[in-house]
Amino acid sequence: MNWPRALLTDSGGFQMVSLLHLADITEKGVTFQSPVDGKPMLLTPEESIQIQNRIGADIIMALDDVVKTTITGPRIEEAMYRTLRWIDRCIAAHKRPNEQNLFGIVQGGLDPVLRDICVRGLVDRNLPGYAIGGLAGGEDKDSFWRVVAQCTAALPEDKPRYVMGVGYPLDIVVCSALGADMYDCVYPTRTARFGTALVTEGVLKLKHNVMADDTRPIDPTCACMVCKNYTRAYIHCLVTKDAMGSQLLSYHNLFYMMKLSRDLHSSIIEGRFPQFVCDFLRKMVVLYAFFSLCHIHHVISVVTGIFVYLRELSCWGQGMSGSMIVFVSIR
Amino acid sequence: MKFAVKAWSNGRARTGLLHLGNYPNPIETPALLLPTRKGLPYFISPDLLPSLPSPDSHLLQVCPLHFLEGLSPKTISKVGGLHQMVGLPEYGFAAVARDSVQCLPECNSTNKVGASFETPCGRLLIKPADYVEMISSMKPNIWATLADEVPAWVSDKRNKTSVDRTVRWLDECIALSSAGGAVFGSIVGGPSVEERERCTQEVARRNVSGYWIGGFGLGESMDERPALLNAVTAILQEEKPRLVCGLGLPEEVLQGVAAGIDLFDSEYIYHLTLEGFALTFPLGGVGVNVFSFDPNNLGSDRSKINLRATIYRKDTSPVVENCSCYTCQNHTKAYINHLLNVHEMLAQILLEMRP
Repeated sequence: MNWPRALLTDSGGFQMVSLLHLADITEKGVTFQSPVDGKPMLLTPEESIQIQNRIGADIIMALDDVVKTTITGPRIEEAMYRTLRWIDRCIAAHKRPNEQNLFGIVQGGLDPVLRDICVRGLVDRNLPGYAIGGLAGGEDKDSFWRVVAQCTAALPEDKPRYVMGVGYPLDIVVCSALGADMYDCVYPTRTARFGTALVTEGVLKLKHNVMADDTRPIDPTCACMVCKNYTRAYIHCLVTKDAMGSQLLSYHNLFYMMKLSRDLHSSIIEGRFPQFVCDFLRKMVVLYAFFSLCHIHHVISVVTGIFVYLRELSCWGQGMSGSMIVFVSIR
Repeated sequence: MKFAVKAWSNGRARTGLLHLGNYPNPIETPALLLPTRKGLPYFISPDLLPSLPSPDSHLLQVCPLHFLEGLSPKTISKVGGLHQMVGLPEYGFAAVARDSVQCLPECNSTNKVGASFETPCGRLLIKPADYVEMISSMKPNIWATLADEVPAWVSDKRNKTSVDRTVRWLDECIALSSAGGAVFGSIVGGPSVEERERCTQEVARRNVSGYWIGGFGLGESMDERPALLNAVTAILQEEKPRLVCGLGLPEEVLQGVAAGIDLFDSEYIYHLTLEGFALTFPLGGVGVNVFSFDPNNLGSDRSKINLRATIYRKDTSPVVENCSCYTCQNHTKAYINHLLNVHEMLAQILLEMRP
């Protein structure tokens, strides 16, 4: 690929969840239909690690038995224990432990008891890093952040915690407050392909006709190549119709996400993290309230979560906007 | 815009220098115009454009009809014109009504009021006044007047009408236009040498900065073309540049060069990119006299390779050895083959950059 920077490969486990109707999971591994030619393929923990060894990424992921959080019953427990058995097979199959860091993935659905067993099992193996998996699959936010909080509290302080499949900027801010370090998500680029830009206030739907003669940049506060050179009107005429539209919007969205990470990082180092979160929420929440009632519950539970884990929230008393106060009374 | 002929071959072919107001270095002609969609290349993102050879890649072709899909002339004016809109203030734009890929002229629906085009928005009738309004808001460096292009198989009567209309619309465009930019008079005439000559004589009388020769790439054969092109260039003033659209293959471009054409569009690159082809013929030392115009070679592998082919799956060499382009300097045939197989847009970006 001629990529001189860091690289992380996934194990192929997530595809099990997303292509589940084609998958058959046994103790040996996962059998599924190849999307290229339809032939059955068996992916074992050994095979997954072997492929990742050949690709040579800096961080590689163990093959885990992933189940959707919306499923209930004994399957979740089965998957969690299998994940622990498979991590041993992954460790045994890993031929380049000095060059590539194998991360284990915590499973266990939304059950705190199962999650706890899994965390302890993985920590016993003393891995270079740990991922929190099985989330970002449609579970309600109240459950989501509680699982993240439980895991980050139990995982070692001096190793990276990677929340897989997260996500929306708000989720990333919340998980960072809860002690997570790494994230991955298709959201910024996928939403770009549908014509949606990520901005300070939330999202901007550039497909909307209102954008057709809006000659401002996508985000006036953004310093990316796209916001410095292009107007909303021009991007509007490109999105969903021309490949270039996807490219430019993806560029901006990725820049936005990277800036968010950098801002989170520097606000923590400079000792002003709670203030950053408050500012972030203040700008975002107004938009959520305005546009989508179904997000209110999410935001309320998230904000409650932050109250629990952040000590200082002096900004809470400092004149929030009218809609914020409405929130509190709904709650 | 300023143009000067630098040197002549034994025949009509010539080299020249094209100076654009907003870019310091002149462009050497014969030159290809980069095809664009709404002002930007199909796939090459604006931050990669500087990797293309300069200043050759500084002239872009734009079709004003693309903007009918969602950008009004008023908005384009508000931003300050096309160059500002697409973030390329130092590039040159040549505006032509017809786009050989997506906005093809529909001669049966064209009437005395305007020219008809098949576009992604449906069939549109463009009047000279509408066209000039678009041009005025865009402010391209060069623009061709509205023409009534017809394919090679129309009746003589229809062909004559197309010449009359094109000349009339040329006068209308010039009268209506307040925009700066160099006006290229449009010359049509279909398959008839007489009509081509008649049109050329009329256009040559007008005060234009250059000529756009239309009506090609609409179904005529390569054998018929030299006679038609030569009929036109024989009459035209030598110091004014000539632009032709619709000549795709390298062999056809060379035909045009031999007839004295300076600027060409290149939708051929777009089709190659979509199909997964990369051009591989050697560039150095191929003069007009040496190259053989053999139409039967069009599909051969001497000039291009199809990177979808499985033989390239493990080929870790660049597309062409010792090539200095971005794609060959950074990536291998195997990687492009993989990108094509998994439907990644990076394949098209790398292929579009190669020619």
